Amino acid sequence: MGASQTHSAYKYQDLMTKTGFSLEQIKNLHYRFRQLSENNETLSRENLENIKDLADNPIKKQIVEAFFDKRNQHQNEMGSFEEIGFEQFVMVMSHFRPPTPKMTEEEKLAMRKDKLHFLFNMHDSDNDGKITLEEYRKVVEELLSMSGDIEKDTARGIADAAMLEVASTNVPNMGPDDYYEGITFEHFEQMFKEVEMESRMHVRFLDVDTRTIHCGSSTS
Amino acid sequence: MPSRTGSHSPTGFGRGLPERGLLLLAVLVLLEGSVLPLGAASSPDISHQANSDSHKKADGGHNITKKAFPVLSLDYQHIHIPFEISLWVLLASLMKLGFHMIPRLSSIVPESCLLIVVGLLVGGLIKLAGEKVPPVLNTQLFFLILLPPIILDAGYFLPIRPFMENLGTILMFAVVGTLWNAFFIGGLLYAVTQIQPANPSDLHSLELLPCLLFGAIISAVDPVAVLAVFEEIHINELLHILVFGESLLNDAVTVVLYHLFEEFSSEGTVTVMDGFLGLISFLVVALGGVLVGAIYGILAAFTSRFTSHMRVIEPLFVFVYSYMAYLSSELFHLSGIMALIACGAVMRPYVEANISHKSHTTIKYFLKMWSSVSETLIFIFLGVVTVDGPHSWNWTFVVVTVILCLVARVIGVIGLTFVINKFRIVKLTTKDQFIIAYGGLRGAIAFSLGFLLEKNHFPKREMFLTAIITVIFFTVFVQGMTIKPLVELLAVKKKQEAKRSINEEIHTQFLDHLLTGIEDICGHYGHHHWKDKLNRFNKKYVKKCLIAGERSKEPQLIAFYHKMEMKQAIELVESGGGAKLPSSMPSTVSMQNIQPKKPPPAKSADRTLLQIPKGREEEIRKILRSNLQRTRQRLHSYNRHTLVADPYEDGFSDIIKKRRLMELEKKIKEMSNYLTVPAAASDSPTMHRARLSSGRDTDFKPAQQQKGNKSCPDPQSYGVKPATDNVPTIQVDLASPQSPDSVNVMDEFGRGDQEEDQGLMMKPPSGHKKPGEAEGAREQQKLTRCLSDPGPGGDEDEDEPFLP
Repeated sequence: MGASQTHSAYKYQDLMTKTGFSLEQIKNLHYRFRQLSENNETLSRENLENIKDLADNPIKKQIVEAFFDKRNQHQNEMGSFEEIGFEQFVMVMSHFRPPTPKMTEEEKLAMRKDKLHFLFNMHDSDNDGKITLEEYRKVVEELLSMSGDIEKDTARGIADAAMLEVASTNVPNMGPDDYYEGITFEHFEQMFKEVEMESRMHVRFLDVDTRTIHCGSSTS
Repeated sequence: MPSRTGSHSPTGFGRGLPERGLLLLAVLVLLEGSVLPLGAASSPDISHQANSDSHKKADGGHNITKKAFPVLSLDYQHIHIPFEISLWVLLASLMKLGFHMIPRLSSIVPESCLLIVVGLLVGGLIKLAGEKVPPVLNTQLFFLILLPPIILDAGYFLPIRPFMENLGTILMFAVVGTLWNAFFIGGLLYAVTQIQPANPSDLHSLELLPCLLFGAIISAVDPVAVLAVFEEIHINELLHILVFGESLLNDAVTVVLYHLFEEFSSEGTVTVMDGFLGLISFLVVALGGVLVGAIYGILAAFTSRFTSHMRVIEPLFVFVYSYMAYLSSELFHLSGIMALIACGAVMRPYVEANISHKSHTTIKYFLKMWSSVSETLIFIFLGVVTVDGPHSWNWTFVVVTVILCLVARVIGVIGLTFVINKFRIVKLTTKDQFIIAYGGLRGAIAFSLGFLLEKNHFPKREMFLTAIITVIFFTVFVQGMTIKPLVELLAVKKKQEAKRSINEEIHTQFLDHLLTGIEDICGHYGHHHWKDKLNRFNKKYVKKCLIAGERSKEPQLIAFYHKMEMKQAIELVESGGGAKLPSSMPSTVSMQNIQPKKPPPAKSADRTLLQIPKGREEEIRKILRSNLQRTRQRLHSYNRHTLVADPYEDGFSDIIKKRRLMELEKKIKEMSNYLTVPAAASDSPTMHRARLSSGRDTDFKPAQQQKGNKSCPDPQSYGVKPATDNVPTIQVDLASPQSPDSVNVMDEFGRGDQEEDQGLMMKPPSGHKKPGEAEGAREQQKLTRCLSDPGPGGDEDEDEPFLP
């Protein structure tokens, strides 16, 4: 117990500096990780897909895929994992941290870019650096997938219109022969320039270790 | 919030000086003219006397002299009440018109100030004329007639998403802030009145409870004043919703405190039990009000489900149910304002899905009109009543009140923000706090509440009223006038005129689902999870119940998409019937640029490439159908007598067609470079059919629907169009959808259909072009409609999707 505790303490420190979570938050996440992976060291896709609450989520597949996407690990790799460890899990989760009040403007901008990259990677499934029409169509289809019987063409129409709009705003003067290959990251950023992504895209992480709350003080 | 007072655009400059002068003169004459009847109202009915006198004379002396039959007689009493009311309303409206003719003035001074000044003038004139000023700001009139339209307007168009996101903050400000203000002001006022025993003044007789009551009355931020001032300064949405939301929700607190202190001051003692009961009462008042409002809202939504037969009375349901909600909650002394807000906010998503477009416009404009007139009248009356009201000026009291109001507000805001910022993600900066504090305007509600006080319980009533009026004047004039330059000075973020684009919509939804998913993976149920659950509940049960027909199953994204198409069609109508394309398309990007280029396929593959499956046509039809409101579906029963289609809405389908055809024609012009063979004349039957068919619309094919024939010919045989702006040859007689023309069209289709009913195929055209282009054109012209458009100004807030 002692050895593994110090071992995990080191790991936690490392993770804390890398991701910015607090110790309590990492502990909670670790607990959850162990729950999901059924006490294994690694998490597989099935583990995530078996979460009951996710069943109704139309973009479940993309979300699960995002966890296994190497690009979200910030190590300039591409491709995807088969299974992920706790470190990768926390790394992905760190994209959803809210901005802290002590952050400077540059840090906020960096965080925002980070989050937008995460979103971008979710759409750009073939890793070519742009969201093509096909990929965008797929996004809209997935969004509408749980809303009953939607004709494929409606989804296509919406995606096409959206793509057209991005193209028109960013490259307004295309000749009839030019081809707009896809939404690049800059254009994607442009879409969100009014939205304060760093605040919009966050999830509240538990600070308090709910397991150890009991009357009296905890000794850890 | 959408601007109700019109813009400060220099329309006045367009008119010449003499016209402006003439209008002002007319206004002044009317003012003068209105003074007399208004004054005459309170004096005994002379004319009536005269009539009865003459009658007596006639009866008494008919055997002596026969009085001539009165050809023209004056009977003011008969009509005096409605006449006066109309005169006031007319005055208010002319004032509004007048102010915008003096552009410089209206940009410096907010309208509310000008209106109060007008009220002062009118009151002064009436007094000068020696007549008694009518008791215009009668509490009944104010609370039951003047206030509800403003609140309903605010509630119906409340931007739900920002409101809900900031609900915690708003509640903190509304409840805790108002309580703090009330006790601080009341308590300190009492303390002040108790000092200076050496100089015994009137004030000594003031007890604690009346002071507290006074504090409660004066502490509440007034929604009318806030709306009037904030609308003109266009600050960012967050601040607007914070101050405005606070002004709405503090009504519950005010009601409870008012009744509490009023009760107690007649009894004289307060116990802890009473305090506790007060707290319970607050919960009952607030939640009860919301509940009453929600019930009426659901009733209204449910009723609107069945109004497809009687479109004309749809707006009436909205108004009447809301007003009933207000009255019902006033019946129980619950918070009427919260009931109205709840009613409007609850019913809106469902009602808007059910009612026709015209009803929607009607509701919008009626609400704006009523609330605008109400607001104007309220400010004018404030001015009138100031001139009239029994005043009892006491320097100490009034000055101390004003100072305390400001101080209390500032301390309250700072203190509360300190606490709130611990829980907020987007913190409130100092600038924000300043604006929130500075925007705490008091208004007519405070005055009316003061007016309600009974003289025997509150001997100092006049002093209170004077103080209240002074505070109101101070906040409205000083704060109202200076807030705009201060906002500029402090460079507070302004409202972004962002159009709701389809991209934004897609990503909002995507983000919502993503965050819910992450929360689920994390394992704890945050607010995204609950929001998602609520949405799902809404979709599964509530929408089915309250929204008629198949629109209940329409996902939000698609509903938004349709709404945008509709907006585009309307824009086209407003831009003059499609004579030129609206400026939403400044770019030359078209569908071609997006579609990956396909190499020109072999001839045999031509047909397969262009074969637009039946399903697609069906989908397009479905889109158009649900887009153009439910009345469309009635046309499918091919029976002239049951048609209740709205002729103007027919026009929309026509407009959409026209627009697509225009796009098409434009593209054809561009593509003419690629044509190798000159095409047939534009009026060839194939071209004609091309035009008709590319603007597919179910309205003209009910017969075919009946026959179950789902396809329609689309020859795609576009030739070079001669460079004209010929509007397509479909002439729809808008008055009767089943006009002979449409019948012809159907027949055409019928004929066309027989020939080819395996979906759409490319006919060997008399003029042909690259198949890729044709399909591109077809797709593109369908899709360029969907560009996000700049939209009519100020409408952004209302066009939020159903459940954000």
